[in-house]
Amino acid sequence: MSLKQEAVQASPQLDDGSGRRARESHARNWRGLGGGFVVKLVLMALINAFGVLVVLSAYRVENWFILVGMVLIVAIADWVYFAKRTIPLKYLLPGLVFLFTFQIFIFGYTAYIAFTNYGTGHAGTQEQAVEAALIQGERRVDDSPTYPLTIVQQVGVLGFAINDDGTVRVGSEEQPLSDAGEMSGSGAPAEVPGWDVVDRAQLLSDKELQQSVVDLRVPMSEDPNDGSLRTRDAVTAAVYTSTLVWDEQAQTITDTTTGTVYHATDRGTFTSDDGESLPTGWAVNVGFENFTRLFTDPDLAEPMVLVLGWTLVWSILSVVLPFALGLFVALVFNDPRVRGRKWMRVLFVLPYAFPAFMSALVFRGMFNAEFGIINDLFFFGADINWLGDPTLARIAVVWVNVWLSYPYWLLVCTGALQAIPSDALEAAEIDGASKFRRFRSIILPLLLVSTAPLAISSFAVAFNNFTVIYMFNGGGPSIPGAPYALGYTDILISAIYDISGVSGGAADYGLASALSIISFLFVGLVAFFSFRQTRKLEEFQ
Amino acid sequence: MRKHIGMGVAILASAVLLAGCSTGGGESTETEQSGEELTVWVDANRKPAVEAAAKAFEDETGATVTLVEKNFDDLRNDFIAQVPTGEGPDITVGAHDWLGALVAAGVVNTIDLGDKAGEFEQVALDAMTYDGQLYSLPYSLETIALIQNVALVGEDAPATFDDMIQKGLASGAERPFVINTNGQTGDGYTMYGFQTSFGAPVFVQDDSGSYTNEVGMGGAPGEAFATWLGANGEKGTGYFSTTIDYDTNNELFNSGKAAYTVQGPWAIASFADVEVKVNPIPSAGGQPAAPFVGVQGFYLSSQSENTLLANEFLVNYLGTYEAQKALYEADPRLPAWTALADEVSSDPIIAGFLASSKNGVPMPSIPEMGSVWDFWNAAEAQIIAGADPVSTWNTMITDLTAALEG
Repeated sequence: MSLKQEAVQASPQLDDGSGRRARESHARNWRGLGGGFVVKLVLMALINAFGVLVVLSAYRVENWFILVGMVLIVAIADWVYFAKRTIPLKYLLPGLVFLFTFQIFIFGYTAYIAFTNYGTGHAGTQEQAVEAALIQGERRVDDSPTYPLTIVQQVGVLGFAINDDGTVRVGSEEQPLSDAGEMSGSGAPAEVPGWDVVDRAQLLSDKELQQSVVDLRVPMSEDPNDGSLRTRDAVTAAVYTSTLVWDEQAQTITDTTTGTVYHATDRGTFTSDDGESLPTGWAVNVGFENFTRLFTDPDLAEPMVLVLGWTLVWSILSVVLPFALGLFVALVFNDPRVRGRKWMRVLFVLPYAFPAFMSALVFRGMFNAEFGIINDLFFFGADINWLGDPTLARIAVVWVNVWLSYPYWLLVCTGALQAIPSDALEAAEIDGASKFRRFRSIILPLLLVSTAPLAISSFAVAFNNFTVIYMFNGGGPSIPGAPYALGYTDILISAIYDISGVSGGAADYGLASALSIISFLFVGLVAFFSFRQTRKLEEFQ
Repeated sequence: MRKHIGMGVAILASAVLLAGCSTGGGESTETEQSGEELTVWVDANRKPAVEAAAKAFEDETGATVTLVEKNFDDLRNDFIAQVPTGEGPDITVGAHDWLGALVAAGVVNTIDLGDKAGEFEQVALDAMTYDGQLYSLPYSLETIALIQNVALVGEDAPATFDDMIQKGLASGAERPFVINTNGQTGDGYTMYGFQTSFGAPVFVQDDSGSYTNEVGMGGAPGEAFATWLGANGEKGTGYFSTTIDYDTNNELFNSGKAAYTVQGPWAIASFADVEVKVNPIPSAGGQPAAPFVGVQGFYLSSQSENTLLANEFLVNYLGTYEAQKALYEADPRLPAWTALADEVSSDPIIAGFLASSKNGVPMPSIPEMGSVWDFWNAAEAQIIAGADPVSTWNTMITDLTAALEG
């Protein structure tokens, strides 16, 4: 075949039936240098290489979840970008991958934690709790001397050889310590008949050997009550006794000195019959308990009801007030009679440029009852307790949020106001409608068409506005008797932060996760119903 | 012709891809150099000091020590979260009041100092001991003391709180005394010296000095302290006020507006404009004032895979005079190594804090301490703001006891 025919055959022309030839995507195009296809091949090669790297690393650390997840993602990416008909997915896939990784996976993990009691005292698995208890229970015998030590081995069995005041004594796990000769000096034994000395260089380069040496316990004698020899640094050894014994069959830990038996409970603790518990526990599944605790625990329920109520009020005020103020200022600046509009607009938008974090801290200083500038300048030195009185603190924090958010609405409304057709307004003016009537019936509905979705998302943001609340007053004057230092200006998200114990208190990640999910459901429901309401606005279009 | 070039480039690209795959595989089979690797978490202040000890350790044992710098406030939670997964470090620096939470999470291993235990201050060892076992190598102490403006009130230590107020008023300063209340949050830590002078310790101590779970700040001594606090609060004399937070406190003292304050060695740097003298906290209730002593040290992970090397590094390299001195020079705090503490006492400010620490008691490190602070601080803030002292204090004690049992 000639070159031309080959070329025609290699790139089939698509016919959409209207007689025009649709151009094939240059990513599938082999014609010419095939640049588009080569670029796609290189990019997909990079993605596949990254995927293979992650899969190999996951295999090495035996993390099957990441391994399977990565295989799926790479397989889907290959299929989407090399198939012909998956055109919408080609645009959506990166977004979907990130949505899955950073939102859905996190949501799933939070949901998983919400059904456990992971937190202070319940940090690991039961195995780790047992290990920890045994570590805590192994105590050095009070009058035990520190013996110079040599690590020895015999036919693959590890042993300890100590210098007990001139006598060399050697033993292993199975064989209690016995005399093995005399030596002079106070150093560690240099050689032991019948055993090979393990020198330090060999020890330091073998990780498994080190772990065996640290785990080795050589009984002092046939009587277990005499304790056993233990070393931590392979240079010296001392006598230790284990006061706690783990019985896997019975799932109990017994304290040999007092005889107390601690049973493994289904709450993830080792508890004795009189209610004493060992400090270390493990995380267990507690079902829906974290969710119902909000309603059943009276100490928590009362302040949380206050917090929830305030969160709703705060979110609504944080949308309505800045919107109203922004709209008012936008209307004022819309009027061509106002002088210096350009400069005024810049000035009024300025609060939007300041980081919320910094502004909240600065306002906290300004609202200080004794030293704050607001009391000094605007209230003539009165000691108004902005931060200490519940109602005043709430007013103050709403004010700070309005100051921070209204420039956003100013910008949005300025844009939206330009889009309102002026002929409708003129017609209304001719018909004799007052300014307020024009505003209420024409400007506001048309404005809401474009800003209603923004208002809903603004509600969701305000519901979770941790920064302003926490930086301004740490949640406000504390509610007397509330656990976790909950306060009058705490919203749900900052209450969750206090409960989660990240700031240093007792951590209860399970409860915090359950509350996060409740918060998500709440905001989700409000957003859902609000979006349905905005459909009514479409008739104004 | 062009089609052939296009095919050629595609084939070249695939070859590059395959070559890349194979080199990637080759690299991973390379074995590490000498010995093992220790991971140590430090914060920015302590990193240079630990580096010096790490270098000596690397030279002598051939192991590599990797120092990971983190924010001090993040260390506790990250350590508890990561160690159970097996991804944690071998050693971390930390404060002693984390010990309860660390033991409850099962993430720390015991440490045996052997004969070296005699080189450390007893209060430092006591602070790092839980249920009779030592869990960390201490290296520094911190405590608060009375700091006074020499130009206003001279160098003599006041005998009691009232004595101090008299001297402060006589000096003509705007406020005789200022103390940090952390704003609305409350600060039981700073007030503790005064609280113990009424005989109301937070927990009852047993014979060996460790804290039991029994709340000791209830009853008549606690009520006496609460009444005194309310009397000196915003509705009373006004010496204690919720408008004073950390920065305001330091600013007032530094500008000479207050004659006395109670702070720790970390605040001395903020008092550059005044000449200061450090004295023990005066008693307010009749008994000696015993402020909280905080201890910093190095913890050993219980899930460490290099326990032997980590112990070696900790006890034989960080637990030496040179390493302790390097740590002191990098981040000056009261040393826990007795010989070093005596040496640095030539500085009167350090000597003053050391004297205060001799009267001090370690902060309790029980796992439930977090909820204790929440209730305690909030109650003190409410009393200072003017709530009824006795009922607020008693409600707090009831809530606290219930939380500790629950």
